[in-house]
Amino acid sequence: MSDAVIPKSRGTQVAISIVAAVVLFVIFAWSFNFLRAAAAPRFVIALVALVVGVGGIWALFLTADRLVSQLPARARDIVRPYVFITPAFLILLVYIIYPTIRTIYISFFDFQRGGTPQNFGLQNYVRAFTNPALLIALRNNLLWLIFVPLFAVSIGLVVAVLVDRISWEKYAKSLIFLPMAISFVGASVIWRFIYYRAPFGAQIGLLNAIVVNLGGDPVGWLRMEPWNNFFLIIIMIWLQTGFAMVILSSAVKGVPSSLIEAARIDGAGEFRIFFQVIIPFVSATILTVTTTIVILVLKVFDVVFVMTSGRFNTEVVANMMYNQMFIQGTYGRGAALAVIIFIAVTPVMIHNIRKLNEA
Amino acid sequence: MADTLALQRRKKTPEEIARRVALNVAVITIVVIWTIPTFGLLVSSFRTPQAINTTGWWTAVFQPFSQGFWTLDNYISVLTEDQMGNAFLNSLLVTIPATVIPITIAAFAAYALSWMEFLGRRLMFILVVGLMVVPLQTSLLPLFRLYNDTGLAGTYLGIWLAHTGFGLPLATYLLYGYISQIPKDLIEAAEVDGTTPMTKFVYLVLPVSVPAIASFAIFQFLWVWNDLLVALIFLGTSVDVAVVTTRLSELVGSRGQAWYVLTSGAFLTMIMPLIVFFGLQRYFVRGMMAGSVKG
Repeated sequence: MSDAVIPKSRGTQVAISIVAAVVLFVIFAWSFNFLRAAAAPRFVIALVALVVGVGGIWALFLTADRLVSQLPARARDIVRPYVFITPAFLILLVYIIYPTIRTIYISFFDFQRGGTPQNFGLQNYVRAFTNPALLIALRNNLLWLIFVPLFAVSIGLVVAVLVDRISWEKYAKSLIFLPMAISFVGASVIWRFIYYRAPFGAQIGLLNAIVVNLGGDPVGWLRMEPWNNFFLIIIMIWLQTGFAMVILSSAVKGVPSSLIEAARIDGAGEFRIFFQVIIPFVSATILTVTTTIVILVLKVFDVVFVMTSGRFNTEVVANMMYNQMFIQGTYGRGAALAVIIFIAVTPVMIHNIRKLNEA
Repeated sequence: MADTLALQRRKKTPEEIARRVALNVAVITIVVIWTIPTFGLLVSSFRTPQAINTTGWWTAVFQPFSQGFWTLDNYISVLTEDQMGNAFLNSLLVTIPATVIPITIAAFAAYALSWMEFLGRRLMFILVVGLMVVPLQTSLLPLFRLYNDTGLAGTYLGIWLAHTGFGLPLATYLLYGYISQIPKDLIEAAEVDGTTPMTKFVYLVLPVSVPAIASFAIFQFLWVWNDLLVALIFLGTSVDVAVVTTRLSELVGSRGQAWYVLTSGAFLTMIMPLIVFFGLQRYFVRGMMAGSVKG
């Protein structure tokens, strides 16, 4: 950038580049220890963290590029693309490729609480499909996988069609989409409050207040097996409907009005138009949205973790995996569950790569 | 447009009016159902602990002056005593670099994939697309052990890099989609001046790609801000490093009946996302749509 301002000898330039690289390395090392030791006031740490985190990555690229610029022209042109691509490749290698392979490997072994791997075999997978607790987790995941996409997409589609005809469409869509901004943890607290059963006194949870007002007894919603699964599922439906609605809304707007007019002239009512004109027209979008929500739900963890920690038969695979990996230290069993989730998404992965090869 | 105008000019039949009313009522009902949960939390967070525990939040809505007992103390106590203020700062420290780093690395990679020739280009591309939907669950255990061995566990750097890893395939894919569509003429025009690829990238490609970068930035920012699992594993729950989500989930465990803490705490975790939501709504929706395929 400023290279052209003052002509410098080649030797000086090379020296500057190397010194810059060394200085950068020292700064990184120092700040890493500084942030870990954390004896300084918090705002100093905060400032150092931000500068190192945001500035560091740029310094890294610029320094590497500077070093490469010193190479002879031909070597430079060959090496330069790798300055741009190597960090991304290394990150993918260390953070996704290596751990995924390692997890698959681990899933074939037993571990005695964090010890060395032993007994190579399929036992963890056999267990995943025979152990009663795990079967319940699989059953619950199935419930999630069926009901979250079903309701989120159905409600989303109906809302998308309805709001298309009102004058305050923008605001209605905003409010339904808003839960997408809320974390699963935040949403769980919101719904815990709704499902809350006060041990004595007035019912301050919305649902139990309604039940009591109708003359019933307060209900412990989250302990009501097996329905408690559905009360957790409702949270995810609440969160994901806005997503489905926004995508389906733009698809619904793409339905040619001539098509709807023609159906109307043929005497079709609103319901027939909905089922026989709109749904077939947006079916590809419905499939996309459903797939996306299915992938999300497959990994559902936070909601169960916060609401019940999997108690009262609400366990799901991702939460069980967390428990086995990080609480009980039964790595092999946890890894097998992670691999099961992985296998479940591979069709989508293969589809994506295939589409890429066609293009 | 033409349809609505024609409709307005004509006198509406009673049937049409009834249909219009029914339509609006239906949408209002859905909107109200969708909004009530958040609204109840918000209202409760400003009520005194005593009021929260003795009457439902709706009574405060209907009788705001006799049943309200409004207060800000909940927020003050959750920010200080319950360490949510600290967690808020930690969340910012985690989220900002965990958004900037993957975007930077992805943008460089996307530029190379779009406009540079090199060995392994095709392979890199397949990796990016293939790894996009790989669930981060399969990475957790080996990385956790690697982090424990290298001392990265519980450090900011560790969690920045973890989020970078999990967000990178999507970021690269989205930015590639945009950067590769920049007109060739524009890129070549910059070449005559004898610029290096780096200057072209910094002064031409990045400014042109702002819309794509903004959409992904919003998605990644919210994803990291709202994440619980990655923070739980790589940063932990000790109060000096805990982020808002881990802190809130700890509070659910330790103070599960103290609704004045939970409501105000939950709302604090939501403030940042809500600011982004209302402030940058167009980019927000775009970002959430673009990012929905993340693994």
